[in-house]
Amino acid sequence: MAKITLNNIAHSYDGGSSYALKAMSLDWHDGGAYALLGPSGCGKTTLLNIISGLLQPSEGQLLFDDVDVSGLPTEQRNIAQVFQFPVLYDTMTVAENLAFPLRNRRGADKLSAAEIDTRVQQAIAMLGLEALAGRKARGLSADDKQKISLGRGLVRTDVNAILFDEPLTVIDPHLKWQLRTQLKQIHRQFGHTMIYVTHDQTEALTFADKVVVMLAGEVVQVGTPQQLFDTPQHTFVGKFIGSPGMNVLPCELAGNQAVIDGHHIALPREYPVLTGVPELGIRPEFVRLVESHEGMPVQIVAVEDVGRHRIVRAQLNSHPLDIVLPEHQPVPSAPGVRFEMNRINIYQNSQLVGRGS
Amino acid sequence: MKPWNNKAWFFVLPVLLLVAFSAIIPLMTVVNYSVQDSFGNNEFYWVGLEWFQEVLASERFHNSLMRNLLFSGIILLIEIPLGIAVALAMPRRGWGVSVCLVLMALPLLIPWNVVGTIWQVFARVDIGLLGHTLASMGIDYNYTQDTIDAWITLIVMDVWHWTSLVVLLCYSGLVSIPDAYYQAARIDGASRWAVFRYIQLPKMRRVLVIAVLLRFMDSFMIYTEPFVVTGGGPGNATTFLSIDLVQMAIGQFDLGPAAAMSLVYFLIILLISWVFYTVMTQQDNESVTDTRPGGVQ
Repeated sequence: MAKITLNNIAHSYDGGSSYALKAMSLDWHDGGAYALLGPSGCGKTTLLNIISGLLQPSEGQLLFDDVDVSGLPTEQRNIAQVFQFPVLYDTMTVAENLAFPLRNRRGADKLSAAEIDTRVQQAIAMLGLEALAGRKARGLSADDKQKISLGRGLVRTDVNAILFDEPLTVIDPHLKWQLRTQLKQIHRQFGHTMIYVTHDQTEALTFADKVVVMLAGEVVQVGTPQQLFDTPQHTFVGKFIGSPGMNVLPCELAGNQAVIDGHHIALPREYPVLTGVPELGIRPEFVRLVESHEGMPVQIVAVEDVGRHRIVRAQLNSHPLDIVLPEHQPVPSAPGVRFEMNRINIYQNSQLVGRGS
Repeated sequence: MKPWNNKAWFFVLPVLLLVAFSAIIPLMTVVNYSVQDSFGNNEFYWVGLEWFQEVLASERFHNSLMRNLLFSGIILLIEIPLGIAVALAMPRRGWGVSVCLVLMALPLLIPWNVVGTIWQVFARVDIGLLGHTLASMGIDYNYTQDTIDAWITLIVMDVWHWTSLVVLLCYSGLVSIPDAYYQAARIDGASRWAVFRYIQLPKMRRVLVIAVLLRFMDSFMIYTEPFVVTGGGPGNATTFLSIDLVQMAIGQFDLGPAAAMSLVYFLIILLISWVFYTVMTQQDNESVTDTRPGGVQ
């Protein structure tokens, strides 16, 4: 286990004309459970492969516990990585598959056969693979195969970090929860540094203590799930996290008021005149649906009942607006909306400049 | 049970007819010859299995068969490992790929008798580049007089001609391995040998089955090249079954024994191919039966 430091890491696949990963510096603390969240193609996997050494970054240094490992090949970094699709050694049994990374160790790290066996048995028990241990890996279901791939990462109890690259993509939904909970347990038990790449916010928020949100090769916010929900640093984070995501409305600022199409909305504090495009962000959970004379009148486009609550898709003049409506509250015949003042975030050029409370 | 679809016969019929005329009817004609004797004049007499007994007991047949088995054995032992090695060494991306593929395909595009002629001239001691060079280096080499030299010439020619096929098949197996496997191997700290043994070889197994079968069948049926290069000589040293068969059928016009021999020849190829296939695909079947107890169903 180790602290991982990115020092101005950047990567370009085409020799510098475009960057898949823009220069970033970031610390991953020893024993932390991190999620790397972002849309497809934002550079998550690139970043992961740079940490494991499958990819040499075009620029910058990578440090494990303050030791520069940028030049070390993957084999010497002692990193476990689990891929999106199961990778198994077909001709080996399940137990042999799990033992493989341990058997490959040479020299000072070499393990005795008994020690390998103990660790393999532990991993098998951890993932509930007892029934399959002696079977050839070929011909197992995708779920089982991916469990074994996970297992190959988990047998190595002394790794610097375990990296997961969307490992639950091929797994059945009901099993996803179970495996994620298991991973979380394993993390608590052994305290590995874990980095979990996903584009699924539920996965990220349930797995991680800290979520790193990426967009177009840049880290836009690092924070706890709560921070991402309450104070998205970037309008993208607000929209990407939450279901539905945050409403972002263009506005003008006048002292301690925001003006949207002539409607004045009170803000908790005054803002100076901002250069750039000001926007107002409010989560659907904090938009109140009221009678039109009590707030800004809206047109309702659709009401989706998702069980615990309803999602109202409305139109505030020309701007779409999502509202979360508690289950038993009726939809007014002439609806209007009011924003909870303490929950309004103000953005300038997509960056947060003022939070509600 | 699916109901019979009689329309399907219309689609299958052309193929059946084609196979009947190109394979089944000629084969049956051979069966017909193999149980009869003829003294010309289109008169045939029933002799039963006499020709089969004669062929199977004849020393000439045994010798040709042994030569053939030895030749195929040597060919497989050289071409399969060499083919795998070349395929592993070939580049996976970049301009080198097409260059390698074209170079590899070249020998396969040359007609077989031309290959024979090329090597026949190439290896001649008086004018051939290879033969003359060897002779001028003081090496006593003459494929028309020395048995070993004749064999070496034929084997080197076959390796030159056909290793590319094995290379191309193996290469197709190799490039179909997703990058993730190599990445996982690096993560697991696998050695180069382990990568070959546990990733590349298993993934190549299916194409290797095809390569071994094709190379066995082709080398066991080899005719054109030795016919052109050595003509079966010196003496009978390179008289393989096919050359022997042609001598018997056309040279001596012994239709009955030749027919019996062709059938035995055919059955041997069938049998050995089946053995190869069964042995090499056994692991597949094992894992299929493996999954039954406690499996999905």
